[in-house]
Amino acid sequence: MTFWRDLKFFVGDAALVASKDLRIEWRARSAFGQSWPFAALVLVLFGFAFDANRPTLELATPGLLAMTMLFVAVVTVQRSVAVESADGARRMLLLSGMAPAAAFAGKSAAVAVQLLIVLVLLIPGVAVLYGASVESVPLVAATGVAAALGLATAGSLLGAVVAGVRTQQAVLSVLLLPVSAPVLVAASRAFGDGFGTVAVNGWSWVGLLLAFAAVNAALGASVYGALLEET
Amino acid sequence: MKVVSLSGAMVLLERFPALAGVDFEVESGEVVLVRGANGAGKTTLLHLCAGLLRLTQGHGDVLGCDLATERAAVRRRVGLLGHDTALYGELTAVENLRLWARASRVGAADVAGVLESLELPAGRRDIPIAKLSAGQRRRVGLATIVLRRPELWLLDEPHAGLDSSGRRIVDGIITAAAGAGAAVVLASHERRLSDDLAHRSVTLAGGCFAADAPDVADPAATADPADPAAPTDVAGEPKL
Repeated sequence: MTFWRDLKFFVGDAALVASKDLRIEWRARSAFGQSWPFAALVLVLFGFAFDANRPTLELATPGLLAMTMLFVAVVTVQRSVAVESADGARRMLLLSGMAPAAAFAGKSAAVAVQLLIVLVLLIPGVAVLYGASVESVPLVAATGVAAALGLATAGSLLGAVVAGVRTQQAVLSVLLLPVSAPVLVAASRAFGDGFGTVAVNGWSWVGLLLAFAAVNAALGASVYGALLEET
Repeated sequence: MKVVSLSGAMVLLERFPALAGVDFEVESGEVVLVRGANGAGKTTLLHLCAGLLRLTQGHGDVLGCDLATERAAVRRRVGLLGHDTALYGELTAVENLRLWARASRVGAADVAGVLESLELPAGRRDIPIAKLSAGQRRRVGLATIVLRRPELWLLDEPHAGLDSSGRRIVDGIITAAAGAGAAVVLASHERRLSDDLAHRSVTLAGGCFAADAPDVADPAATADPADPAAPTDVAGEPKL
């Protein structure tokens, strides 16, 4: 009984934090206002860079999607950290008594949802501009979800690590980009299979993405409380 | 009942002894004023009592919880009003209070009633906190504590930024909380305002307590004898 009650509180607290972050983002449109134009620009500029060569662009689509998600993750996590830094709001999380792991799960979920929204907007973009076509919708969807979870959990963990650093935005980018290299590789491969541009087993790469997310989630859940206190 | 008991408490902030071995006790129903110049350690003392800072040396109990090992348990039972409001600027007053109530597991939170008691105009309750004046934000910050009804109130400059009406409301809330048996520790520079509220005052200087001022009032004088939460003597009778 205690387990189910604790689980109910955990899920409720995580949902509370996630809905709070999403509501704040909906009102301010701060991260989304930066990430969506950035993602659109990347699509257009890559088109110019490859001389509008459709076969080349189609081949580059999986890597481009993964790379854009990674850059958008940096902006989104920076905003997620800033929300808790303003006006001592982090103290609310500490004094409320909610489990730090639930707060971490909620913040990661909110980042993942924002990444997925950008991805959903990007896919029609690559279809129109690059002529890319989705061969396996379930695989592309699973890759998007797994990559978003991996980037969100790694980003939220590193965001908490750098929260007290004066140059946190620069430090977060320097840390998150290399740490997320496995996501970049695995998501490129899995998207490649989903778009039919490479002959690999995309589902095994999705497994790697989920393992990456699980490791970061476990690590984040166990140290988030201590990181909140230190910053 | 002892709500706060610190003995030789030392807190280092980046190797600087913000509190340098203080002994401090607060009873339930008591209002204690902590005075001191800027940097004397008042905020550190409040944050230590809230379980937000680690004891470097000494011993501390708050609400029966050991500050060395049970800080998380302390945090659930205290209310802290700091220099900042700990509110989310993009959310409205009502949304902030509902969020706080749900996170703190306050059942059947009367958000509207609390905002009414703090005289926040109805037209200001549904606009983002960032668009409120400093005094109105302060009232909402205080509302988060009223909503929670903590056993220990820790108020850092509670009158700061408030107009005369706001100050009167704060005084009323502090008196009522102490009357219901809660302990209140307030740090303030505004001696004229706070002396009337406090049963006792202490002065911090350089992280240590200077000589305590004599009691300015009897803690029991503000307690309602009919209130079951009012402080009682050892025989269980209300102290009159």
